[in-house]
Amino acid sequence: MAHSLVIDRISKNEGAIMHHKIFENYHSKDKSSLIALLQDVQEVYGYLPEKAIKDVAEFVGMPVSGVYGVATFYNQFRLTPLGKNIIRVCRGTACHVKNSANILTALENELGVKSGGTTRDKLFTLETVACIGACSIAPVINVNEDYFGRIAVKDIPKILQKYKSEAKLEKNTIEKINA
Amino acid sequence: MIELTINNIKVKAEEGMTILDAAKSVGIKVPTLCHMKDLFPTGACRICVVEVDGMKGLVPSCAFPVSEGMKVDTNSPRVRRSRKTIVELLIENHPQDCLVCVRNKNCELQDLSERYSVREHRFSGEKKDHAIDISSASMERDPAKCILCGRCVRTCNEVQQVGAIDFTNRGFKTNVTTPYNKGLNVSDCILCGQCILVCPTAALREKSHGKEVQNAINDKKKFTVAQIAPAVRATLGEEYNLPLGTNVTGQLITGLRRLGFDKVFDTNFAADLTILEEATELIDRVTNGKTLPMFTSCCPGWVKYIEQNRPSLLKHVSSCKSPHEMEGAVLKTYYAKKMGLDPKDIYVVSIMPCTVKKFESSRPELSENHIKDVDAVLTTRELVRLFKMAGIDFNDIPESEFDNPLGESTGAAAIFGTSGGVMEAAVRTAYYKVTGEELENLELSDIRGMSGIKESSLDLKGTTVNVAVVNGIGNVDQILDEIEHGESKYHFIEVMACPGGCINGGGQPIHQKPEKLKKRVEALYTIDNKMKNRRSHENKSVQKLYDEFLEYPNSHKAHEILHTTYVDRKAILNS
Repeated sequence: MAHSLVIDRISKNEGAIMHHKIFENYHSKDKSSLIALLQDVQEVYGYLPEKAIKDVAEFVGMPVSGVYGVATFYNQFRLTPLGKNIIRVCRGTACHVKNSANILTALENELGVKSGGTTRDKLFTLETVACIGACSIAPVINVNEDYFGRIAVKDIPKILQKYKSEAKLEKNTIEKINA
Repeated sequence: MIELTINNIKVKAEEGMTILDAAKSVGIKVPTLCHMKDLFPTGACRICVVEVDGMKGLVPSCAFPVSEGMKVDTNSPRVRRSRKTIVELLIENHPQDCLVCVRNKNCELQDLSERYSVREHRFSGEKKDHAIDISSASMERDPAKCILCGRCVRTCNEVQQVGAIDFTNRGFKTNVTTPYNKGLNVSDCILCGQCILVCPTAALREKSHGKEVQNAINDKKKFTVAQIAPAVRATLGEEYNLPLGTNVTGQLITGLRRLGFDKVFDTNFAADLTILEEATELIDRVTNGKTLPMFTSCCPGWVKYIEQNRPSLLKHVSSCKSPHEMEGAVLKTYYAKKMGLDPKDIYVVSIMPCTVKKFESSRPELSENHIKDVDAVLTTRELVRLFKMAGIDFNDIPESEFDNPLGESTGAAAIFGTSGGVMEAAVRTAYYKVTGEELENLELSDIRGMSGIKESSLDLKGTTVNVAVVNGIGNVDQILDEIEHGESKYHFIEVMACPGGCINGGGQPIHQKPEKLKKRVEALYTIDNKMKNRRSHENKSVQKLYDEFLEYPNSHKAHEILHTTYVDRKAILNS
């Protein structure tokens, strides 16, 4: 997924060159550009790093507390890095009737994080969505761009394993290249 | 002029006036929570709603302008019901631990509950669950008690322009806090405590040193000394319902002796000492072409602000310790030697109008061989609590005099407690030091009053000295910018972090009486006026201190004991 690749590339020199490029499109000391700026920062990093929030505050001429307040007010902003894979559990009506609450609980238990959280190994971020729009195959979850329909709690370990194996393979390949 | 009726009373009001102010002008009190005089209304809390004839919904009177022929009802059944519901909802989301709360009997939520006769719990629901932030040396933040009125946020952002706290998250999870909910000790906060003065509940409060002080007094080995800041004597009486601006110095001294302090000295003594050191430093900087302008260093909130925000300008700050730290340092050196005491056994308690002084007293730069210059700081409010616990009533307590030698002071020291006072005191002495003559007109009206930046020019017999007085930390950035750009015309600048100076410090009695600043300032100027000696260099005990111990102002010894260094806190906070 393009998204996670960007994060991989940037996390190494986080906070340095990237947001200066973002700032080029805006006027400094202009508070009205705050939300657009934060969106651009998030587009690059996948979340709002602490250093970036400080830099944005200085750029728009606001206290850090004010920028942090805006960043926590809107659901669209994330303050923690996204995992490599994003799992979205549909909590729409049809899925709810088909017991999606149990699916969510099972995923939370399996991953050891609550909805909205990212696993410690940064492999998975767990989220809920109001409706994925695939009611005919309820209950449904989606991982990155893959959809899994009519699933049961017992299917979850197998689904997760697929992404764990992929990550392992990727890691081994990189190690080989580096060696 | 506009004519309207409020509760069937004909009211004449000016155009643009709010319903709230118009009602007040005819003695109708509308309750408020989020409203702040002099700031733009937010209309957030809705407790001030009133009914306006012809309008469908209730309107917030703090944010609604009057108009010709308007008919307002501030006390209709619908208004009362709405306000009561608001109070009930606030209470149900509040810890309700009034009996053990530091703001018991001085709480706006409690007052509203009483006013709207809330006698039962109609609602019950989830409560906020936030940890208390005890990380700073001066203040505590208890967000569970916060009712989200936003007054602290506005004071911090709009008045002080520090911006350490703001609303975060939203809905039920809304919390007034620092970025990333970190401790105040690692935030932009300068601990001025202005937020405490506007907090309607105990969500913001000082960190109390009351217990430590009581323990020290009870410790037979300790020689306990209290010292009183200039501004405390003009405000403490308010806690005993004495008229605003009553000078209670005599009662304070008696009260402190009754609490069990071995000696009661005056921080004003050290204020005079500060002036001699600071004026000498200024003259040295001016005549020898050293770094100018020079800033005063009495206000620890200001010092913390420049350390955190403009460390490159720290060389502009006078190296003088603040007066109560000087008093402590002199007590543990000169006085200890004179009295044959071990400095370790002397326990110095400063009675201060200020919350940052607690932080200041914990600074490692302000101790010698791990012995702090000042061991504990009590705010005006904390001292009153100790007095009340000890059964000390200011209404019938005799007056007494300070102990000596660290109890003598001049009028110049008395005015340290108000914005412009340090400057005025410094000018009186600097004039004498440079010209060898006494300044005729002692009162500098240019630098008195409540403006944010006050300035004056003085002719010291050929040398012109430009001075400025910054009143409230929110006004200082402009001056700092000028210095950074090399455009400052000033030689000497006084900065006080709290608007009005120490008389409005974060440790002072909490109430919203409109006349408080004016009356408190008047009290200090009256003390100055009535003094025989009104210039710091006329303080005989200070002169003796130099003769017997310190040699002369800015001597090597004076530097060791009375001067300090500063820290680049920007680097620390960013690391």
